Amino acid sequence: MELSGSEIIVQFLKDEGVEHIFGYPGGAVLHIYDAIHRQDDVKHILVRHEQGATHAADGYARATGKPGVVLVTSGPGATNAITGIATAYMDSIPMVVISGQVPSGMIGSDAFQEVDAIGVSRPCVKHNFLVNDINKLAITLKKAFYVATTGRPGPVLIDIPKDITAPHIKISYEYPKQVSLRSYNPTVKGHPKQIKRAAELLLSAKRPMIYSGGGVILGNASEELRKVTRLLGFPITQTLMGLGAYPGTDKQNIGMLGMHGTYEANMAMHECDVLFAIGARFDDRITGDTSKFCPKAKIIHIDIDPASISKTINVDIPIVGEVKQVLTDLYQILEQSAEKPDQKALKNWWTRINSWQQQDCLAYDHTSKHIKPQSVIEALYEVTGGNAYVTSDVGQHQMFAAQFYPFDEPRRWINSGGLGTMGFGLPAAMGVKMAFPQAEVACVTGEGSIQMCIQELSTCLQYDLPVKIINLNNRYLGMVRQWQEFFYEKRYSHSYMDALPDFVKLAESYGHIGIRVEDPADLKAAMQEAFSHKDRVVFLDVITDQTENVYPMIQAGAAHNQMEISPVHKKRLGSINPEGELS
Amino acid sequence: MRHIISLLVENESGALSRIAGLFSARGYNIESLTVATTQDPTLSRMTIVTAGSDKIIEQITKQLHKLIDVVKLQDLTEGNFIEREMMFVKIRAEGETKRSEIQRLSNIFRARIIDVTDSTFCVELTGSGDKLNAYIKTLQDSDVIEIVRSGSMGITRGEKALTL
Ligand SMILES: Cc1ncc(C[n+]2csc(CCOP(=O)(O)OP(=O)(O)O)c2C)c(N)n1
Ligand SMILES: [Mg+2]
Repeated sequence: MELSGSEIIVQFLKDEGVEHIFGYPGGAVLHIYDAIHRQDDVKHILVRHEQGATHAADGYARATGKPGVVLVTSGPGATNAITGIATAYMDSIPMVVISGQVPSGMIGSDAFQEVDAIGVSRPCVKHNFLVNDINKLAITLKKAFYVATTGRPGPVLIDIPKDITAPHIKISYEYPKQVSLRSYNPTVKGHPKQIKRAAELLLSAKRPMIYSGGGVILGNASEELRKVTRLLGFPITQTLMGLGAYPGTDKQNIGMLGMHGTYEANMAMHECDVLFAIGARFDDRITGDTSKFCPKAKIIHIDIDPASISKTINVDIPIVGEVKQVLTDLYQILEQSAEKPDQKALKNWWTRINSWQQQDCLAYDHTSKHIKPQSVIEALYEVTGGNAYVTSDVGQHQMFAAQFYPFDEPRRWINSGGLGTMGFGLPAAMGVKMAFPQAEVACVTGEGSIQMCIQELSTCLQYDLPVKIINLNNRYLGMVRQWQEFFYEKRYSHSYMDALPDFVKLAESYGHIGIRVEDPADLKAAMQEAFSHKDRVVFLDVITDQTENVYPMIQAGAAHNQMEISPVHKKRLGSINPEGELS
Repeated sequence: MRHIISLLVENESGALSRIAGLFSARGYNIESLTVATTQDPTLSRMTIVTAGSDKIIEQITKQLHKLIDVVKLQDLTEGNFIEREMMFVKIRAEGETKRSEIQRLSNIFRARIIDVTDSTFCVELTGSGDKLNAYIKTLQDSDVIEIVRSGSMGITRGEKALTL
């Protein structure tokens, strides 16, 4: 087949199985857009801002497990995409970003819309490529997809100068089915000896704890995690990125851990004698003060990325490999082992954990005349039967969603955990809806975050993406306000959201339905109404209690057993002594 | 602890900036970095001298490994190795006494005088960093016009080698 560079790109995407790309045109990619125009196989979604394109592709990737694909022009197109690329990078999301570049001969001349996209993106991509020879175009595209989707996944950027895509230069094209890179061979199998040692340690545990992260979801290892966890009968906690890998409603699940994790999960972390970390990276929002982290535990850690092992916390039994494979091997050993977990010790351990659970750390005030943000998430859970895809932005609303919407399936909870990117929620929801048009998709957001990518409401209309936006409108950059309340003696510097738009009218002007609700008594009905409009985008503007905080909270420098608990929790249970036990 | 890390990297334009960028982004120390091609034109050989605790060195080697352009890596300091650095020094050399003094010292250090004018010598010297420092110490500060050092390069002793 004789094809131009532009045609090669489009044909390659089709051959690679790419159905959707998210993008925005401009001078350097016009040849490519012309090739897109001449076909129907690869569907292009025109966003309203390149940040939206990257987040949409990211949401698509998180929900499907397939790489998200983005097309942007040179200069401002590429720089606008950076936030979304960095977001994907921090959460190890497979993504391929194609950026146009000025013609090869003009690179380095400060040409119109020239920016060194390779240089600018370098610190936030898994890898990037500049294509300087049309003969290398197809193989470079293949390499990009290969690198993005294998090992620890991540975004890959390909910068393509305009002359490479010129319509009159044609070469023969054949889809490169395979590619190998001599410098890149991700480990798949874990070391058998290490897995055996891990099994022995697990079986000897008196107070075990499983701590699983986003790696389990990325590695499609939920099934394996469930099998191992159930076989062992151990308590399991998950990171913000790992929610859904193990069913949120299962009784072995004791909730999220970390800064805003549950009381029981954090206490159990502090008290456990064996910690089994699976596809999690000991992020600082999880560990708190590393010197006080799991002080009594021996640690086993499975990760695909050797650099994640013993980076912040030293581990006793490291296992490098794909989580799915390692857990499969481990399950076999555990199942065949004559030894079984110490049931008596385990029973005592569960008794302690149950006593922590009984404190009901997430309890909140149900008598308030204001709508409590927690109750909004509970209503969302009820109305969607716990089956929705929920994307979120960043702030208090994100934590409430994570705490009050237990996900039973992986890939349903979609949020920017690593970078904490406000503006992520709406475009990510679009990406999910694109992938699963029949599924309910809700974006839980705040009046601050939603305004960072609000323009994508227009994309939702154009491509018929009826997502539901649940705006927890507290008229504050709530998470910032919370920190100012706790750590800056209530000096609320620039955390009040003044001059807010009328979100109902705003939604309407974009062609959608807007609903405002202020009275707790109306919440449930409003939520039901929002989801009754199957084919419409609904913007549910919920006016919530301005003073609510997210609890429990582990403050900087504190250990897991030194949580700040909610006023309700405190009132009901008296004060907590320094060991974290109730007195 | 000081470590010398040898790398084989793809001979691609972005490779050097990726490696340098890794060190600056993660706040790792770089004492010196040298790079040039090998007998295989698709590969470059790089020697990085760095310092840090065992934990940091472990992270440095793991993070370097993670870069797609890094094909192979070896921490020379873990075994027996040879380290050399090369230096040019342009020295003010006026008057017979001074000129013969510099010649005498250079002989002791096995340095070679590779360029001569009425008023200057250019000296070439190879050796460990310590030897180069010692040579510089023998000179008067005011006589040193210019110093160019290559940074360290290293190779393992014996059969063991960093090859594909
Ligand atoms: C792009 C970006 N800028 C700044 C921040 C810092 N930040 C974290 S949470 C937050 C407040 C978010 O406010 P809102 O969306 O209203 O959510 P709330 O906390 O009120 O629920 C801010 C400003 C961020 N995470 N992302
Ligand atoms: Mg807010």
